[in-house]
Amino acid sequence: MAEMVATRQAYGDALLELGEKNKDVVVLDADLSKSTTTAKFGKKYPDRFFNMGVAEANMMNTAAGLATCGKIPFVSSFSIFATGRAWEQIRNTICYSGLNVKIVATHSGVSVGPDGASHQCIEDLSLMRTIPTMTVIEPCDAVETRKAILAAVDYKGPLYIRLGRAPVPVITKKEDPYTMGKATILRTGNDVAIIACGALVVNSLAAADMLSKEGIEASVVNMHTVKPIDQETLVKVAKQTKAVVTTEQHVLDGGLGSAVASILARIFPVPVEMIGIDNRFGQSGEPDILFREYHLLPEDIILAAKRAVGRKK
Amino acid sequence: MINVKRLDTKSLEEHAKVIRRSIIRALTKAGSGHPGSSLSAVDLLVALYYNRLRHNPQQPAWPDRDRFILSKGHACPALYAILAEMGYFSTDKLDTLRQFGSILQGHPCMKTTPGIEISGGSLGQGLSVGLGIALAAKLDKKNYRTYVMLGDGEIEEGQVWEAAMAANHYKADNLCAILDQNGLQIDGFIHEIMSSHPIPDKWRGFGWHVIEIDGHNYASILAAYDEAEKTKGRPTVIVAKTVKGKGVSFMENQVDWHGKAPSKEESERALAELT
Repeated sequence: MAEMVATRQAYGDALLELGEKNKDVVVLDADLSKSTTTAKFGKKYPDRFFNMGVAEANMMNTAAGLATCGKIPFVSSFSIFATGRAWEQIRNTICYSGLNVKIVATHSGVSVGPDGASHQCIEDLSLMRTIPTMTVIEPCDAVETRKAILAAVDYKGPLYIRLGRAPVPVITKKEDPYTMGKATILRTGNDVAIIACGALVVNSLAAADMLSKEGIEASVVNMHTVKPIDQETLVKVAKQTKAVVTTEQHVLDGGLGSAVASILARIFPVPVEMIGIDNRFGQSGEPDILFREYHLLPEDIILAAKRAVGRKK
Repeated sequence: MINVKRLDTKSLEEHAKVIRRSIIRALTKAGSGHPGSSLSAVDLLVALYYNRLRHNPQQPAWPDRDRFILSKGHACPALYAILAEMGYFSTDKLDTLRQFGSILQGHPCMKTTPGIEISGGSLGQGLSVGLGIALAAKLDKKNYRTYVMLGDGEIEEGQVWEAAMAANHYKADNLCAILDQNGLQIDGFIHEIMSSHPIPDKWRGFGWHVIEIDGHNYASILAAYDEAEKTKGRPTVIVAKTVKGKGVSFMENQVDWHGKAPSKEESERALAELT
């Protein structure tokens, strides 16, 4: 059984590492620092930590101002407030100005659980990836989150990292290579390719194992960088398998599935099936129950894979 | 490195005339833009740039410069005219305002225009950016100051008050807001569309030091900048009563001149008044 760690916990720890290494790193939070885990940084580096209160729009642009002076701000809140409430601040002031601001938001997806739909952000991939020049990343586990946070500092420009509340299995290893913008192929099979991000990566791997028992061999790709998407790897696995399934904890509109379909439609059209939330809001409940309700489980991915394979010409 | 011009009030008035003429010419050539808000802001901006800011047009990114942010970004023709006069770029560029490929975009763009600190134009965002810069200055123990110009229509945006609250919380006494209170917004008089009155009391309520002045009187403007700089422990807002369209009689206090360019004939009449 894999160790269970929430990606947000890895974020707080990675920030502590960064705080030591890079004095330009500053952190802003909007009264959710215990939940986002930035409070750990705040405790150790109080001078470089700014709690901006429950005021996300102001927080986002304060970060922009800090960035113009050479600081590297990490801005955190829950995904819905960071990307929803402050979307236009991110678009007009941070991205249009090309500022080096790192937005790291937690509590994305229905896996937020009991807090319900208002706090379950299932639109943030779409909101962020439509902004010109924005980079969008969703790590699959705690180990990858650390790498993504450390890599964020080496990248100059605006960037969004999507994290979760609930613990998820640790499926990658410290020594596994991680390059922003470069997808990792976790499993190779020739019948279907499952392109996954975030919490759906582990379910995609489980689905691939079960498919294998039925004689269907699936490739599984961890598309941790949703934008700019790794077109090369995507087209390569599409050519290899001629059938694709996308999986994400996000609405079907505008997220990973849309990104994948858009590339494949233009470059190498193959049947694409999508696992995601279909035009619904979330609701209260434990994450496992919600994953069942919104069809995000391995069994749902298996059915989608079979549909994709069945549609091959 | 430091380039502080300290022009006297008579020279400032002369410069303001030049700037107002540049605004009219640029907007006429562009065929669109915002003359009313540009003209109301001119004296506050001329006083700031020609008497106060420590900056260097030859080195716009000089780290220790004072910063100015035009949060009411639609008044950028006034700022562009000043930046050109000061040598940030050639005055010829003013003829390209709002045109395809111009370094002078319809609203401020830091990537294309030397001297612009932040891209903007979406109202309500500049004071927060200014706060970020002020916090960076404190972190780095630098003494540069940050000035942010807001419009009185703009302060209807809730984010302005988030920033006001936070700037006081962080005791950002190196931050100075300049409120160009011209009394008009796009749809009409502010007291008719969405009254933000009483403005000074609102800022006081948020813990700011408030200075009320006539935004066209240079002695008052300079005294206010002095007072702001001397005020410690909290941010200062200068609430400057201005006249929208100031300097061109037929534009003054006329809501229709918020967002349209003068015709050639109107331009000539305006320039004749500004000699």
